[in-house]
Amino acid sequence: MPTLDVRGISKTYGNIKALDDVWLYIEDKEYVCIVGPSGCGKSTLIKCIAGIIQPTEGEILVDDHSVLNVPIEDRKIGYVFQDIALFPHLSVKQNLSYGLAVRNASANTVTTVTNEMLDLVKMRDRSKSYPRELSGGAQQKVAVGRAIESGSHLFLLDEPLGALDALVRAELRYELRRLASDLGLTVIHVTHDQEEALSIADRVIIMKGGRVVEVGKPAEIYHSPQTIFTENFVGETNLLEGTIMDISEATCKVKVGTHMMRVLGKGKGVGQKVIVAVRPEFITLGSTVPSGWECRIKEVSFLGGLTRYTLEDDGGLEILAHVPSGESSSLRIGGRTNVSFRDGEHMLLFDYPIEGLEKELALE
Amino acid sequence: MQSTTVRDNRSPSIVQRLGFGFDRLSSRPIATRSMYSIAIAFFLVIIVTPAIAGILVQLLTLPSLALSAPVMSRMSDAVSWSFIIGLIVSSLDILAGIPLAWLIVRKRGRWTTLLDSLADIPFVIPTVALGFSILEFWSSSSGMSSIIGVGSLISPGSLLIMLLHFAFSYPVIVRVMVGEFLNYRETYEVAARTLGASSFTAVRTVTLPILRPAILAAFLLALARSLSETGATIVVAGTFENGTVFIKNARDAGLTTAVVVASLVMIVLSLVVFALIKVISPRLKLGPMRVWPGFEKKLSTHSAEHSRDFFSILVFVIFVLLPCLFIAFPAIQAIGSGTATEAVAGLGPWKAFWSSMLLSYVIAILATGVNIVSGLPVAVLIARNRLNSRVTKIVDALVDLPIIVPSLALGVSLNFFWGNIGALPEFWVLVLAHTTITYSYFVRAMSASIQGISPELEESARTLGAMPLRIFRKITLPLTKYSLLSGAVLVFTRSVDETGATSAVAKTLKTAPVLLVDWIKGTVNVTAPERALGVGILVLTSFFALVILRLITLRGTKKE
Amino acid sequence: MPTVSFINVSKSFDGVSALDRVTFDVDDGEYLCVLGPTGSGKTTLLRLVAGLLKPSTGTISFDGEPVNGMISQNRNAAYVPQQYALFPHLTVLENVAFGPLARGRTESEALSMAMKSLELVRLAGRRTAFPKELSGGMQQRVALARGLASEARLLLLDEPLGALDARLRLDLRHKLRQIVKETGLTAIHVTHDRDEAMSVADRIMILRQGRIQDYGTPKRVYDRPSGIFVANLVGGAAFLEGVAEATSGDSSTVRLRGGVIVKTPSHLLTTNEPVIIGVRKERTRLADYNAENLIEGEIRETRFLGNSREYVVRLDNGDTMYSRQFQEGKNERFRIGDKVTVGFDRSDVLIFAYPPQGLGRELEIV
Repeated sequence: MPTLDVRGISKTYGNIKALDDVWLYIEDKEYVCIVGPSGCGKSTLIKCIAGIIQPTEGEILVDDHSVLNVPIEDRKIGYVFQDIALFPHLSVKQNLSYGLAVRNASANTVTTVTNEMLDLVKMRDRSKSYPRELSGGAQQKVAVGRAIESGSHLFLLDEPLGALDALVRAELRYELRRLASDLGLTVIHVTHDQEEALSIADRVIIMKGGRVVEVGKPAEIYHSPQTIFTENFVGETNLLEGTIMDISEATCKVKVGTHMMRVLGKGKGVGQKVIVAVRPEFITLGSTVPSGWECRIKEVSFLGGLTRYTLEDDGGLEILAHVPSGESSSLRIGGRTNVSFRDGEHMLLFDYPIEGLEKELALE
Repeated sequence: MQSTTVRDNRSPSIVQRLGFGFDRLSSRPIATRSMYSIAIAFFLVIIVTPAIAGILVQLLTLPSLALSAPVMSRMSDAVSWSFIIGLIVSSLDILAGIPLAWLIVRKRGRWTTLLDSLADIPFVIPTVALGFSILEFWSSSSGMSSIIGVGSLISPGSLLIMLLHFAFSYPVIVRVMVGEFLNYRETYEVAARTLGASSFTAVRTVTLPILRPAILAAFLLALARSLSETGATIVVAGTFENGTVFIKNARDAGLTTAVVVASLVMIVLSLVVFALIKVISPRLKLGPMRVWPGFEKKLSTHSAEHSRDFFSILVFVIFVLLPCLFIAFPAIQAIGSGTATEAVAGLGPWKAFWSSMLLSYVIAILATGVNIVSGLPVAVLIARNRLNSRVTKIVDALVDLPIIVPSLALGVSLNFFWGNIGALPEFWVLVLAHTTITYSYFVRAMSASIQGISPELEESARTLGAMPLRIFRKITLPLTKYSLLSGAVLVFTRSVDETGATSAVAKTLKTAPVLLVDWIKGTVNVTAPERALGVGILVLTSFFALVILRLITLRGTKKE
Repeated sequence: MPTVSFINVSKSFDGVSALDRVTFDVDDGEYLCVLGPTGSGKTTLLRLVAGLLKPSTGTISFDGEPVNGMISQNRNAAYVPQQYALFPHLTVLENVAFGPLARGRTESEALSMAMKSLELVRLAGRRTAFPKELSGGMQQRVALARGLASEARLLLLDEPLGALDARLRLDLRHKLRQIVKETGLTAIHVTHDRDEAMSVADRIMILRQGRIQDYGTPKRVYDRPSGIFVANLVGGAAFLEGVAEATSGDSSTVRLRGGVIVKTPSHLLTTNEPVIIGVRKERTRLADYNAENLIEGEIRETRFLGNSREYVVRLDNGDTMYSRQFQEGKNERFRIGDKVTVGFDRSDVLIFAYPPQGLGRELEIV
C-alpha cells in the first residue's frame, strides 16, 4: 500500500537550485496537490520521484523501500504527463494495454483489463480510434486509464488538466478525484491552478523557488495560512500595510492608513511594520454599515454569483470587495459607500516581509 | 535611449522611401504572383525539362532501340546490380547509423560533439577523393592489406563498391537521424518506461515506430546517393559494371543507343522503386506487439549500452572514418617527395590541374548564385503554400527529381537537350547541369528553415502594417540567414564534388574531380605522388568549406 | 457608428463550416469578450477581423465601410496571437517600434511612439532585452505594447492570458482591461476562460460550433441566458427535467420527477410540455425556510472552492442540485449525509423548452 517518503531532496543545475531540501510524507490513499508558480520545482520534484530525473541529494522511499537506484520501469509508479503523450502510432485500445503488453501478460488478462479500463474512462466506442482523432479531454482520460492499467497504485500527475479548456477542466477534476477514491489510489497531483488544488485535495502543498512553503488541508491553507505568499497565492486578498500601535493578550491594534483596526495576532511588538490580510468576500459594503471606512467606488465588475468592487479611501488605499450579486446592487461607479470588515476572525496579521512585499509575492 | 544611436531625422531618407515603395509594390497580388510564376517557370524550363526531356527526345529520334543481345544482358546485369547494391548498402547504413546518431544525441558531451563533426567528414570529401582513399585503404598494398599481410585485401569490384557506398551514405543517415532525435519528444519514451517498459523495449516499440517516416526518408536518401554516384564508383569498380559504370563505358565506346536506353531504364526504375517504397511503407501495419521482457531488460543494462556504443563507434571508425582519412598519408608523403613544389609551379600535369580547379570553383560559384536567386522564391512557395495548394504539391514533388534521377543519366539527358536545342557553349551547359543537380539541396534546406518560423510572426507583422517584402527583409531573412548560408555552402561543395553529370556533359572542359578520375584510372599518365597530392589538394579545399559551414551553424545556434 | 460589424458572415475550410452566419456589432471603445470552447470558431472570427482570412460569405465592415477585400496592413487592427509572436531577433524596443516603422514613420518618431507604449505597460526599463529573457507575463505586456504603438484602432487578442499561470491570470486580466481602456481602443478578446470573460467584458459573446449562442452584458447573459448551453457555460447551475403545469397571473408551476412542484416565473408553455428548469448554484440556500421553493434532500459531496463551498445535494426525488455558499469560513456548515432543505425563490428559476437532442448534448462543452 504505497506510502511515499521524500527526505531532503535537492536538485541543482549548475548554480541553480531547482529543488532545495524538500521533505514530504504522503499517506496511503491520500490525494495531495502540489501548487506553485512556474519554476517552483513542482514538476522537477515528481520527476525525481518517478526516476526521470536523478536528485543531487536526498532519499526517496516508497513503502519504506528506497527507490533511488531503481530504474523508472521498476518503480511501479503511474505517471500522467502534461502534454498527454499518448503513443500516436497506437490506437486507444493499444495505448491502454501497453503497460500489460510490455510485461507479456496473457492475452486474456489484457482483454479483460483493457475492457474494464475502456468502461472506466467511458471510451468503449472509441477503442479503435487514434489519439489524433480525439479531443484533448478524451485523450487525457485515455492517458489516465493507461497509467492505471499498468497496475500501479502510486500516481504522479503533472498538470493533467493543463492542456484542456478552462471550461472542461472544472468538471474533469471531480471525475479524476472520484476515480482515485474508487480505486484507492495514492496520488500526487501537480498544478499551477490553486482553485483546482483546493477543490479536490486532501492536503495541499505550496511550493516556491524549489522549497516547500506550506502544507495543510485546503480550508486551513485558505483561511489561516502561515505565510503571506500562501495567503496571496491561493486566492485574491487585500494586503494592507500597517503599524502596530498597541498589543494585548490576543489582539493587536494596527494603524492602517488613517484607520485603526483590531486584529487577532500574537508575538508582535509595538511599532512593528505588519500586513493585515483580509479576503474580499469578508468585506461588507453599505451606507448603513457602522464604524466603516468611507470609500469611493472605482470599478464594478459583475462575476455572476459575486460582484467585484474596487474601492479607494480618501488616503489612496485600494480595497477589493466581493459581494454576493443582488445585495448592494445600488452601488455604482463613482458613488461612495462604507466599507466594513467582518469581525476579527477573518483578518490575518503577518510580519512585513524583509525583502519587500513585491518580491515576496512574486509569481514569476 | 542613447541619442548617439538614433539619427535624428525628421523625414524619411531616399533609401527609406525607395524601400517603402518596393514594400508597397509587394502588397499587390500581381507583383508577388509574377515573381512566383517566373521562379516556377525557371524551375520547370531550365531545371526539370532538360533533365528528362533530353532522354525522351533521343528516344523519339533514335532509329531503333534494339540492343544486341550481349549488350542487352550486360546492361540488365549492370542495372540490377545498381539496385541490389543500393538496397543492401542503404539497409546496412540504417542499421549502423542509427545507433551512432542515438549516441550523439543522448550523450551530449565533448566527445560526442567531436563524433558529430567527424561523422560529417565523408560528406565533405569529394567522392572522387573518397573513391581513391577507399581504393588505397582496402585494395592497395599500403592499406589494410599490409596489416593483414596480403597483397590486396579487397580488389576492385562489387564488394569494394559496397564499401564505398556504405561510407558515403553513412553521414546522410547520421545527419537526418540526429536531427530527428533532437526534435523527438522524449516524453513518449519516458511514458513508455513509466508503464514498465525497459529502455530497449521503449525504443523498439515506441520511438522507432514513431520515427518510421524519418527513417524511411533517410533510407531513400541513401539509396538515391548510391544509385546516382559515378566518379568514385568508376574508380573502385575495376572491371565490374553497375548501372552508372555501364553508362560511362557505353558512352566512351560510342554506343549511344545503349547509353540512352540504360539512362532511361535507370530513371524509370528509380522513380518506380521510390514511389513503391514511399507508398507501401506507411501502409505496413505494425503487427501485434511482442515483447521478451527478460531478454530486453538485459539489453537495457549499462553494459549492454556501452557494448552497443562501442560497436557502433568501431564500425564507424573502421568502415567510414579511416577509409576516408587514409588519403592523408599518400598526400603528405607526396609533399615530402618534392611533388608539391612542382604543383605550386604549375609544371607538367599541374597546369591542367589548376585550370580544372579554377573551372570547378567558377562553376560552383555561378551555380550557387543561380540557385539562391531562383530557389528562394520556390522555397518560400513550398514552405508557405503561397499559390494554390495543387501547384505547391506538384512543385514540391518535382523538386526532388534531380536527386532521384542518377546524376550520370541526368547528365546524358542534359547533354542531349542542350546539344540539340541550341548552340549553348559547353561551359554554360556545365553551369546549368550543376545548378540542376544542386537545386534541391538549397530549396529543401531553405523551405525547412522557413517552415520552422511560426506563421504567427508573419501574421502579426502583417496586422502591424508591414507589407510582404518588408516582412521578408526584416523577419524571415534574419531568422533564416544561417540556413541560407549553410544551404549555399552545401550547394557549393556539392557542385565542386560533382562528377557524374559533368563527365556526361563535358567534351573538352574538365572539372577537377573529372580530371582526377582520369589521373586515378590512368587515362592520363601521372605518377603516384602526383595522384595523391592532387586528390589531397581537392580534399583540403573542401575541408575548408566544411570548417566554414560548421562555424556558420555554430554561430547560428549560439545566437539562439 | 460601430467600429466592427459582421453581417451574415460564414467561413468554411474544405467544406467544413467554422463560422455560420454570424452577425454582430462592436461599438467604438467597447471591450468585447468572445467566449467558447475549442473549435467554436472564435479564433477564426478574430482572424477574419484581422484580414488574415477572407469570409466565404457575408460582409465585414469597419465604421460602416465594407472591408472584405482590404489587406491586413491597412485595417489598423493589431492581432496578438496566444504565443505573443514577439520577433525573437529584435529587442523589446525594436519589437514595439516595428509597427510605426512599417507604416513609414521616421526612426525617431517610431522610437518615441514605442517608448510611450512601453511606459504604459511599465516595461520601459527592459527595452534592450530580448524576448527570450523575459517572463511570460512580461512578454504578454510587450505584445500588447507592440499592438498599441502600431496606431491600431482595434486590438485583437487571442487568448492573451492563456499561456500564463492561473494566479497570474487573476491579476493581469484587470490590468489588461485597464490599459486598453486608458488608450480608448476597441478590443476583441477571445478566451475559453469564463471567469476571465465575465470579469473584464463590456459585452460577452458566446460561440458554439461556429454559431452565436448569446450576446450581451455579463449580467444579462447570466440573469437571462438564451439557452441551456449558455446558462451552463456562464455560471454553474442545476438542470432538472420536468413538465410544465398551470400558469396563473405572474407565476407558474413545473412538476419535477417524483411529483415535486416548483414555483417559477410565468411562462408561455402549454400544460404537460416537457421543460428543463435551471437554478444557479449561488441562488440556492440551505436551511433557509423563507424561500418560495423548498425541496428536501441529502448532502452527497462537499467541494471547497476557497471563497465558497459547493454542496452537491441529492434530492429525495433522485435529482441532483448544487448550492454554493459564500462566507462560510473554515468549517463547513453541512457534512456528507446531513439532511437538508434546498431553498430558492421563484424569480431565480430559469425555464427552457426541452432540447430536441436531449439535456446531455446541451451540457456538453463542445
